[in-house]
Amino acid sequence: MSAGDGAAVSAVEGKLAELSASCDLRTLPKRGKSASARTLNTAQIQLVAGHPEVYEPCDDSFALVDALLSDKAQLLTLQPSLCMEVGCGSGYVITSLAIMLRQLGSGTQYLATDINQHAVETTQATLEAHGVHADVIATDIVSGLEKRLAGMVDVVVVNPPYVPTPEEEIGMKGIASSWAGGLNGRQVIDRILPAVRELLSEKGCLYMIALEDNDPLGICHLMNEKGFASRVLLKRCTDEESLYVLKFWQDAAAGANASQSGRSPRAESWLSQLPFKSFWHKNAGSS
Amino acid sequence: MRLLTHNFLASNVKGVSTGYPLALEVAKTSIKEVELNVDFLRGILPKIDWRALFAATSAAGFPELLAAEQPPEAELFAEGAAAVEGSAIRRLHHALLEIHVEEGTLVCPDSGRSFPILKGVPNMLLHEDEVRH
Repeated sequence: MSAGDGAAVSAVEGKLAELSASCDLRTLPKRGKSASARTLNTAQIQLVAGHPEVYEPCDDSFALVDALLSDKAQLLTLQPSLCMEVGCGSGYVITSLAIMLRQLGSGTQYLATDINQHAVETTQATLEAHGVHADVIATDIVSGLEKRLAGMVDVVVVNPPYVPTPEEEIGMKGIASSWAGGLNGRQVIDRILPAVRELLSEKGCLYMIALEDNDPLGICHLMNEKGFASRVLLKRCTDEESLYVLKFWQDAAAGANASQSGRSPRAESWLSQLPFKSFWHKNAGSS
Repeated sequence: MRLLTHNFLASNVKGVSTGYPLALEVAKTSIKEVELNVDFLRGILPKIDWRALFAATSAAGFPELLAAEQPPEAELFAEGAAAVEGSAIRRLHHALLEIHVEEGTLVCPDSGRSFPILKGVPNMLLHEDEVRH
């Protein structure tokens, strides 16, 4: 990293610290007005199954579901045939997705995977408690589905293991698999992204959570190089972390523009609303 | 696991080139009725490996459900067929979306590696020495 980049990063950190103070105003309220919408459109917490080795719905799960809810109209217009969650944990997110798209009936089918066998059982129980169905598979990311499901999935949702940890914590069984993300929290994310890109249909969308530490901008840049446009659907600051819900979709112009100018106009449209725009321009200029 | 999902699942063991279709051994099934959606079936049919679906329905105990060789497309999407009890499209809907394999085994056709299905969930998890790197 050059000294220039270092300065840019500090500037970004400074701006983000400033932003944190006003962050609550920028996010959907967790309770209050949205509470009734959430009850009707999502899984109910008291019906979500649990297990000591399975990640319980938490701030990140709620952020992802709130982002999906905020994009519900687009999801309904998309009329997805196949929706999938990678890393379904308690089942809160895939169950909520199935509930919010219930009006599409059996025109929309759901799949969910998790590497943790307790999680797949918990997800099954959560789905059943809400009277919705997804086929649940115990597997690593999408292993076993990559060939036949290529280009077929219209919606993928992922709350990945994003917490920066020592590399050796990756591959641990049980609940650790729900959070251990290795270096910068990116090691599992960087395996998930190419796998999901293969599965997405032409009209397909990926909704994924990323932490500030995961370099969400870098993730968008990487996806842009592969022909995906991106948008930040939601940003939420908690005491411990800044969460982003990113949405990606295929856009022929994204890859073409990326190769010409090193950045995408689509990405810029949301970047312009965020404080690290200057960082992006600086990097794009120096590359 | 429904037969729709079985149709998209392949063996992921190291050294296996196709690993498809997975042979299905069924110990227990359940039937859960869902509303029929002609558009979904029309959209998914070109992606379905019919031979694999036929083999799976037979393994699940419904050998007469589908035509063996290929989907009877004209008959499937004939006007009003969805309303007719026992029509080809109703049988296809039943095969893909209503039969659930609760207990059984999936067997890789190339390596013979078996993957258990327990409580409706196929377990495709591999041991470290079986994973492709």
